[in-house]
Amino acid sequence: MMLLAAIQWHTFFFLLFSLLTCGFALAVVFSSNVVRMAFFLTISLGAAAGLFFLAGAEFVGAMQFMIYVGGTLVLLIFGVMLTAHERFISMKTKAGEWVMAAFLGGGLFLLLVRATLMVPQWNAPNLQRDQVAQSEVHDSAAIGAAVSAYRADSLPSSSAPPAAAVPAGKSVYLLPFEIVSVHLLVVLIGAGYLARAKKRNPGNAWQA
Amino acid sequence: MAEFINSRLISTLLGWFNVDALPADHWLGFVLAGLVHTVLVIHVVAVGALVFIWMERKVSGRIQDRLGPTRVGGKFGWLQTLADGLKLITKEDITPANADALLFKLAPYVSFAASFAGYLALPFSDGWVGHQVNCGIFFIIAIVGMEVFGVILAGYASGSKWSLFGGMREAAQVVSYEVPMGMCVLIPVVICGSMDLITIGQMQAGFFTNWILFHDPFAFVVFWVYFTCATASVNRAPFDLAEAESELVAGFHTEYSGLRWSFFFMAEYGSMFLVSGLAAILFFGGWNGPIPIFGPEILNLAYTDAEIAAGTFRLGGYIANLAGCVNFIGKAVTGVTVMMWIRWTLPRLRIDQVMTTCLKYCVPLGAVCFVGVVGWQWAQLWSPNDLHPQQARISVRERGLIDRPVRTEGMARRAEVVKKAAWAGSVPVQAGETR
Amino acid sequence: MDLLTQPVSVSHYLVVGAVLFVCGVVCMATKRNALGVLMGIELVLNGANLNFVAFGSRILRSDSLGMDGQLMALFVIVLAAAEAAVALAIALNFYNNHASIDVDHADDLKG
Repeated sequence: MMLLAAIQWHTFFFLLFSLLTCGFALAVVFSSNVVRMAFFLTISLGAAAGLFFLAGAEFVGAMQFMIYVGGTLVLLIFGVMLTAHERFISMKTKAGEWVMAAFLGGGLFLLLVRATLMVPQWNAPNLQRDQVAQSEVHDSAAIGAAVSAYRADSLPSSSAPPAAAVPAGKSVYLLPFEIVSVHLLVVLIGAGYLARAKKRNPGNAWQA
Repeated sequence: MAEFINSRLISTLLGWFNVDALPADHWLGFVLAGLVHTVLVIHVVAVGALVFIWMERKVSGRIQDRLGPTRVGGKFGWLQTLADGLKLITKEDITPANADALLFKLAPYVSFAASFAGYLALPFSDGWVGHQVNCGIFFIIAIVGMEVFGVILAGYASGSKWSLFGGMREAAQVVSYEVPMGMCVLIPVVICGSMDLITIGQMQAGFFTNWILFHDPFAFVVFWVYFTCATASVNRAPFDLAEAESELVAGFHTEYSGLRWSFFFMAEYGSMFLVSGLAAILFFGGWNGPIPIFGPEILNLAYTDAEIAAGTFRLGGYIANLAGCVNFIGKAVTGVTVMMWIRWTLPRLRIDQVMTTCLKYCVPLGAVCFVGVVGWQWAQLWSPNDLHPQQARISVRERGLIDRPVRTEGMARRAEVVKKAAWAGSVPVQAGETR
Repeated sequence: MDLLTQPVSVSHYLVVGAVLFVCGVVCMATKRNALGVLMGIELVLNGANLNFVAFGSRILRSDSLGMDGQLMALFVIVLAAAEAAVALAIALNFYNNHASIDVDHADDLKG
């Protein structure tokens, strides 16, 4: 009972979701069946959405579900099923490639973890976590505001009115947002053009 | 709820044994509160499926000029589902030889879990919600889209071409219908200025003219588009091509039997209730009845804003919430009934007709209505919804932000910033703030 | 059990992000199926996303990046969707032309 009382539930759920994320990411790497890989990837990315929720980024978490898991991965599975012939379902990797990849991956991982642990501010937990105002973390309206007109997150702490809607060093993401939307439109048209069904030998169609 | 369990329930129990009271944030309260929520919501899905399957049989029977089930459990055959369930449990659980055993066994649970997870953010009455997500509607729409995974996996893993066809059709259909459905859902969000389902529900309080359905002609049209898309996205007839028995044996669940098969059906009925409940909140006032009997207009029993912020408990307010819950479930069940009515009335569409309905009718209609609603708001044209004063709406919308001192300060600063920005010409002041 | 009683810091999230990133890189390096490579890219992008969200979270650090972290994550998700659509179209085109999805067979330009 004492132990249970001391548990930080945020940490508990963080461990749960991070184990799911990492475990299924590893399963993606080590599975050779492409359909199972897609399924493991789904669970891994879904658990990553859980981590986003834990970090207070609910809108990003829901977006991860909607676009990544519900859109991109369904597309991927669609592609997998269109190309899932017997010989392509499980393709083995050569042992030499595994060794190379293990060296590359291991080295990269050590480098990244070393870099992470080197910065003391990143390792210090936020002890005033409970005092963070609800409106500062769970408010998706602030995201909409930051895309369109003003920044709600970096206002000065005094009650005096701030000098500008967008403080120095921060920016409003209207232009990137527009660029991304146009980009998405172009990509959709391009993908549709690339993947359209082509007629083979239209002149000799009657012979087939 | 956790505070309530700790400081009232458990402390009273412990008090009988002369043990000191627990602090309000003790873990036990949170775990018990979580369990209570889970069990309550799982009953909505399980008992709901029990009722809906019986109802489906009765409705189909009446539409086809039959009686439907009459024997099991008395005159109306209301225990028929139990008999069905017993039959399903005793059936052999078969895994085909060609199947990918792991995925085949997992697929029904994926489907069911996705359908069930959506209830996490669905409010049943004012404040009666598993977890109040700030972008609740976005969350639910995303979760409903996840259900397709179970179907695709079932289709692939069965190792049968009929199942694979069913799974592919489902994937194409659900991904396409997410587009118009997202557009339709945006319209209540634009009108209310919030993605929080509780806020959207609260803003429709009052007489039924305050329902978003009656906001303007475009909102009225868009509800029907939403309902069509919702029917398609939960894979019900006339859009149930994934299980079209006239062409694909039984589609994605051809190879399933027994309990695993029944999980798919629980998931289907679960998501039918979910999307109907969403329609009730978005367009039909949620838990607010057509006449506000418990509201300040007549009996004045419902909780006031201050009481909600303070979290006080009052019997009258509780009864008002309970009536709201009944209201909400009634509206959602009506939606499910209409879906059944449609299923037994219309013939199944062809796959190309399904895609045509989505891309050539639902998407343009949704887009036109979206522009129309935005224009209606912008031009401040007359709307029956205006019975509820705009200023009151703003205070409802921002209540989540201003119910604590620290929030009030943050909100005031934010409002200040908006005014400054508006004065500088970079953002128009919202209509409500000038009135 | 000592692990459970400690509060989470930014670096915990960064380590999970690193695991995802490395898994993605290894996946891209070893898979022969073009769609497997695509899945590796998704993992890499998600690892990066996790870092953005962790740096932007007020819960994890009081002087965090603020809304920028979440906004960058949103842009990454949208661009990942665009990238997946194009990559899938290319993969299907490749499959149509070569009747194979093995990336080792994509060697037409080799002299």
